[in-house]
Formats: sequence, C-alpha cells, structure tokens
Amino acid sequence: MSDAEDRSDKRVFGKAIKRNEDIPLLTGSATYTDDVMLREMVHLAIRRSDHAHATIVDIDTSEAEAMDGVIAVYTGEDVVESGVPNTIPTAWMLPGLVTPQYRMLAVDKVRHEGDGIAAVVAETPEKARDALDAIEVTYEKLEHVTDPVDAVESDVPPVHDEAADNVAFDFELGEKDVVDEAFEAADHVVSVDLRQPRIIPNAMEPRAAVADWDRGTEELRIWMTSQNPHLHRMLLSAGTLGVPENKIQVIAPEVGGGFGSKIYHYPDEAVTAWCSMQLGRPVKWKASRMEAYVTDCHGRDHTTTAEIAVNDDGTVQGVRVETYAGLGAQLSQFATATPSYLYSTILSGEYAIPAIYCRVIGAFTNTTPVDAYRGAGRAEGIYVIERLMDVAARELDMDPAEFRRRNLIPADQFPYQTAAAVIYDSGEYERAMDTALEHIGYDDLRERQKALREEGRYLGIGVGNFVESAGLSPSGLAGDLGAQAGGWESSIVRFDSTGTVTVLVGTADQGQGHRTTFAQIAAEELGVDIDAVNVVEGDTDQIPQGMGTYGSRSASVGGGAIARGARDVREKAREIAAHQLEASVEDIGFDDGEFHVVGAPDRSMHIQAVAAQAYLGHNLPEEMDPGLESTNFYDPENFTFPFGTHVAVVEIDPETGAIDLERYVAVDDCGEIINPLIVEGQVHGGIAQGIGAALYEGAVYDDDGHLTTRRMDEYAVPHATYLPDFETENTVTPSPHNPIGVKGVGESATIAAAPTIVSAVVDALEPFGVTHLDMPITPERVWRAMGGGD
Amino acid sequence: MSKQEITLSVNGATHELHVEPRTLLVTALREELGYTGANVGCETARCGACTVRVNGDAIKSCMQFAVQLDGAEIETVEGLAEDGNLAPLQAQFQAHHGLQCGFCTPGMLMTADTYLKDAENPSREEIREAIEGNLCRCTGYHNIVDAIEATLTEGAPTNE
Repeated sequence: MSDAEDRSDKRVFGKAIKRNEDIPLLTGSATYTDDVMLREMVHLAIRRSDHAHATIVDIDTSEAEAMDGVIAVYTGEDVVESGVPNTIPTAWMLPGLVTPQYRMLAVDKVRHEGDGIAAVVAETPEKARDALDAIEVTYEKLEHVTDPVDAVESDVPPVHDEAADNVAFDFELGEKDVVDEAFEAADHVVSVDLRQPRIIPNAMEPRAAVADWDRGTEELRIWMTSQNPHLHRMLLSAGTLGVPENKIQVIAPEVGGGFGSKIYHYPDEAVTAWCSMQLGRPVKWKASRMEAYVTDCHGRDHTTTAEIAVNDDGTVQGVRVETYAGLGAQLSQFATATPSYLYSTILSGEYAIPAIYCRVIGAFTNTTPVDAYRGAGRAEGIYVIERLMDVAARELDMDPAEFRRRNLIPADQFPYQTAAAVIYDSGEYERAMDTALEHIGYDDLRERQKALREEGRYLGIGVGNFVESAGLSPSGLAGDLGAQAGGWESSIVRFDSTGTVTVLVGTADQGQGHRTTFAQIAAEELGVDIDAVNVVEGDTDQIPQGMGTYGSRSASVGGGAIARGARDVREKAREIAAHQLEASVEDIGFDDGEFHVVGAPDRSMHIQAVAAQAYLGHNLPEEMDPGLESTNFYDPENFTFPFGTHVAVVEIDPETGAIDLERYVAVDDCGEIINPLIVEGQVHGGIAQGIGAALYEGAVYDDDGHLTTRRMDEYAVPHATYLPDFETENTVTPSPHNPIGVKGVGESATIAAAPTIVSAVVDALEPFGVTHLDMPITPERVWRAMGGGD
Repeated sequence: MSKQEITLSVNGATHELHVEPRTLLVTALREELGYTGANVGCETARCGACTVRVNGDAIKSCMQFAVQLDGAEIETVEGLAEDGNLAPLQAQFQAHHGLQCGFCTPGMLMTADTYLKDAENPSREEIREAIEGNLCRCTGYHNIVDAIEATLTEGAPTNE
C-alpha cells in the first residue's frame, strides 16, 4: 500500500531551491581531504608494480631508507609481520565464488601494474615520491592477460592459483531449457556481439586519506574520500587493520565526485592508516592522477553474445545472454554483484519479455580491479537489451521506436514481475516515451532523414528506453542473494532546544546536493523553514550508523529514513502540543508548522515552541521522556525503478566519419522530484558520462599489459566542446512503496545515454548495412564501417 | 635542496616565503600560504582545477614553479567574493546549479572570470571553447555555460 502523500500543496518539497552547500565550494573555503593539514603530518607514497604480472624475487629498500627526509619504508612483508588482518574483503558472495586473499601490499607476486609493493613515508610528498624510484625490485615476469575471454580460454598462468582457469564465478539467471524452447518456437532469432569497454571513473578529486593514530587512546581518526564512511569504518576494522570499530572515526569531508570509485575499501587508505599506527604521527596519502588511473576501480569490461527471439507480429519472445565480465586482478567489494545480479535482473528493460536467460562468467585478469561505476550492471544490461531491440527492429523492418512501443510493459500491469526475477514497482513507460518523441519531433525527423539521405547526408535518430533498479536495497532480499551487508539507511532527526533541526544521515554526498534536498524533506515534514535545518553527513562519530551513497539510493533510502524520522518527531510533538493545549491528540491538526486544536484555531502552538517544551521537560504528558528526536532505520521493501526515454540526433560526416551530436533529449521519470534543479543537474551529468562512454572513453591496455590511457590527455574525459546542450523533461510516476514517492536519479541518464547514442549512430549508418558498432564509436570506426580504407 | 626566498602578492596581500626551486605554484599557494581553493586534479595541466590568475592571465598553477613568479600578482578563487558577497559569476553558478562536487569550480571560475573580462556577446559554442581547458565530470557543462552566459547578460542573478 502506498504511504506516499499528495504533494500538490508542499512548501519546499519539489521546489527548485538553490543549493545551500554551494557557498564554501564557490569561495574556496570548502575542505576536501587534501586540504586537511595536521601538525607533525608526514606523507606517504606507494611504489607500484612495473609489470602486469610477475613474481617478486626481492625488494631492496636500503637506498630509499637512506634518502634525505625519508622516515620509513615498508613492504608487504612488514604488513604481514605486524599481524593485522590485512584482508580487503569481498562484500557479495556468489555460489562457487573463488576468493583469494587481497592484501594491503603485495607479498608474493604482482597481478596488475597498480599493485602496491612498498610504502615510503617522508617529510614531504616530493621526498616520498623521490624515494620510490630508489626501491630496487627484482621480478620474474609472468605471462599476463587483460581480456576476460582470453583469461578463461587461453592457458596463461592464472592470476590466482586458486582459480586455475581464471574463473572467479559462473553465474546463471533464468531457466535455460525454458528459454531455449521459447527461442525454438519464435519466428526470428537475431544475435549481436557486444564489447562494453572499461570505463575509468575520473572523479575530479583523486582519492586521498589523512590518518591520525593516537597511541595513547589507540584510536584511529581518518579523513578519506569516501562515498560510505560507515562501510569504510567497518572494513578498516574487520578487514584490514583489526582496530575495534568503536575506536575508528571515518570522516568524509567534501568529496570531489565519486561515480562509484569512492565506494570501495582500497589498499592505499588502509596502508595510510597502518603507517600512522607504526609511526604515531598523522600520515597523508594522495593519489596522483596516474595512480588514480591504475588503482581506482574501473567499470564495465563486458564481452557479450546476446540473442533475441521475436515473432512476425513484432513481439519479443525471449532474450538469451552470455557475458564474460572482467573483474581485474582482485575482487573489489561489489565486483561480484555488479556483473551478476545488478546486470542480469535488468535485462527485461521496459519490455514484457516472457523468457530471459543470462550466464555471466566472471574472470580474473591482470588489470585494475573492476567494480561498480555509475549505472553499474544496469547500464551494461540496458545496453544489451536496447541493442537487441534495435537489431530486432531492423530484422523485422520495423521502425525502432514503434517496435519498442509494441513491447512496452503496459501501465496497468504494475507492479510487474519480470522474467528476470525482479518486481518493477511502478511505471508509465509509454507516457515518457511519447513525451520524448514529441519533444524531439520524431516523425518529422524521420522525414528529414529520408530527404537528407537522397542528398548523401546521413542523419541518425537514436531511441533509448531504460529502467533502472535503484535504491539499494531491501536487506533481506540482498542477503538471500549473497550480500554481506544490509541495504537500509539510518537517520537521526532532532529538534534542538532552540527550535532548529539537525538531521544526521548515513549517506555521503559527493556533489549530489544532499544538504539541500534532505533539508527540503525534513523542512516539509516538520513545517519549519529550510534554513532552520542543518544536514550532517560524512562523520562516523556524529552519525552513528549508515550505509552510504551509491546505486541511486540516497534520495529514496536516505530520504525515506529522514521522512520517517521527521514524522516520528512530528507525532511526538503533536502529543506534547495536545497535552499543553489540553486537547486530545486526535483533535490536534498540523499545518505549516503550527499545531492547533481543530475547530479552535486560536489555540495553537508552533512545533519549534513544542521543541523548547520537550527539552524543558516541565510539562510533558505522563510517562513521556524529554527530548525531541528520532533514530530511524529504513529498510526498503523493494528496489525503486526509475525509467525514461532518451532520444539523440546525430549527423555523420561521410568523408571523415565525424559524428555531430545535433540534439539530445532526455525524459526521465524518477518518481517524486524533491528539487528540480538538482534532478536536472544529475541528468545532465549522467548524460555526459553516457555520451563519454559511447563516443570517447575507454581504457586501453598495450601488449605488455600496461594501461596506455593513464593521463587526462590520453583518456578522453569529455571537454565542454565535446557535448551539446541538453533538453530535459520529467514525467512523475511515484514509487508506491517509498515513504516520499521518490525513485532516485543519480545513475539514470548514464544508463540511458550510451545505448541512445549508439542507436543514433547505427541508425545513421543503416544505408551502409551497419547493424552495430562497439563503443567508443570513434570517427575511425564510423569511417571504416562506411567502407573507408577498403 | 636549498630554498629560495620569493615574494608573491595573493589577492592583494603580500607574502614572503621560502620555497624549493621545484615547488609548484599550486603547492606554494596551498601548503605554504593556505589558499586551498585551487585544487590539484591531474598534475599535467589537463584538468584545470588548479587555475589561478597570474598578472591578469588565467594559468594552470601546477605548471609553474613558484620561483618563476617572484613578484607576481596572483589572484585565486578566494579573492573573487567581495565583503563576503558572492561575485556575480559565483552567484550565477549557484543560481544555475553550475557546480556539483565543486572540485573543478575554483579553476572553472578563474578561467570564466578571466574570459568575461574581454568577452562580447559570445555564442554558447564560444563559451564552451573558452572553458575547454577545464574539465568537469559532474555537470556535463550545460549549466556552467548557462551561468557564464547569464553573467554576461544580467550580471548578478536578478530572479531573487
């Protein structure tokens, strides 16, 4: 049953309020981790592997130790000898999963070129980096593998002895026999081979940590670039350092973008803390951009064969998918969940598909670990189904928009159980699709395309429908599937005695504007001015519990926890007001912050005055404790399922293959909108990253296993000139199970944009018989597809 | 390494400091003088997060040694607001939601502020070209272009 409320009369919820976090960011006074400077602080630099795969024969640190300003040099053996647990854990188990120990510094061999071998602590960052080159490492090189299919099918020495064939897991979703039967009965079967390259997240702020170990109290305080400080607290305690959880304070100050890359517990931050524990001094580590490229978890890296079964009437009968997913050299926390459950369970897209089967082989490779990057799993899955919809439409000679429309899940079918094991909460897919097609003038564009083709000009129109499982996640369901953590979020909503409101919440902003949107939620529920609300995130000593920000969860799960907490506070306040106004609770109305006796509007009390009474405690209902706050753990009953339709128009230059992205229209439905300004910003940024993946980005390894895209002039993060203006609209289909009806919007546009762009380029190339091109679609790929160079 | 004494004027205040010859301007500003607004995002002059103004020109402060700039007039993001009030450009960035994580923002503002001193009726494409040396991974640039355009056409936001 819905407990979402009608919000037509809301005061601040739903309003385009300017962000209250902006002033420090605009004036240079904001504190990022690298801005934390402590007395007696020393600096850590990490020596990384020179090879993709090699046995470590010897490490000679003597020269480095003798250098000016060097305080200490440590190797992996030193960490082992210190007796700390030294394990970066896997946070999601799958049947048969191989879990080799992932250590803070390598001891026996190096498995990718980002592997840390030794740690240098020096008086300045420059001196620490100088000493790295003086560490003599003797290797025995081993054959390496960077491609997930090669990793399984060739006989190179395994990345880990525990997985002789490099297979970490072999995952299945769906009943293969049933799906095979659907394929046999269908009129057409079309297949497509897809390569989704590695994406490097490229948050503008490189990862960093400042650790301060107090030898007297044996307490660790660590500032770090974290999307989830409480998870980091837990993993530092139970995984790497063994320091009791109640003696660790993790602070995530301003965080300069994450996009997934700052979810994980990496070795480097643990080494920073460990060095502080050895020396009893504050230690700072900051990744150089090149280190970020080889150590921040990459995303995607899928090689897929996908098939779709369709009938002559244009209805989809089944989808069958086999994917090799590169996991990199070690298992990052969610590396197993991302290409398995987050991927396979979204393969139905927006469509009513009776039979779905998916097999995923997760492969170790001698590369940077792969984990969730914006859109994680859902982006890869939606890409697969949307490419299939295009190739099937082409097979049936149907318009790709019309073919999609024919297979949409109808609005009256929700909640909808897909053949991919999830229940979509709500959706009006055709409304969003119509909005997008009307906005861009789809029918006219098709006419224009036809006319231009007569002139030898190649216009392409791409349509991308998407649905996303957001709001990670119902704890019980996640636990059944192997999660080693819960999916709830926690808030404390507190009236202070002077009438201001403090909201403590376990999510952690990296640019999403939580301090504004969460204040809007609390202000709405409590009837106070938004300026009276202070939202606090990112400090485990202030906020007792939390799960963090990823998977488009903060608005729905964090916001849900805040709304529920605020309602609890409001109801306690109502009881106090009833007591002091000498009326029964049932007779107390609440309007715009004012409690009043129904039928006697002059008998009223503002909620902020009630707060003061709650802390005075002089005149409270019998057996009521003083104070006015609520601790809330909100565990959602289902995922939320944002959706929408994006449309792109491109024109191809037949001489050069250059792609001119003429227009981009995004219609997103993220349920209720808390702040349209911020929703639009999330959509813009998401589109940019999706376009980046489709046209520009992608990690490239050379034959020696070295990452060649390791600087910002080698890896094409889109510049302002690479992107068009964006045209955005929203439809609103509330989530029926979320306390405030929201679905989340952080990842939607990234998921939608890549398939939309690929669809547009391939559509432009229809006269050349092109049915698919892999990302990134560079001008060269287009030019070759048009017969250039033949 | 022997240190050299230099003088830098930062946002109108004169500072004397001792730096190694290899100390970068951004390091001197951040570590020696506490102007942490300029951020280090790439160390290769590609991201622009460290952009400051030196003698009137927007430059990437990770690409200059502090000793090269002895006596220079430096302006940083900390100097844009006056008397605690946001400059029109800053206010437009807020009004148009032209920032998210804020890490690129100090550099983006210094590039845009320098550009605005001479810009006359630029197209949106020209504004994009003006900021192409500053990367932003969050916004997709659309709202940054809006904010710069609005600063040119209306100065400070008028819709408040």
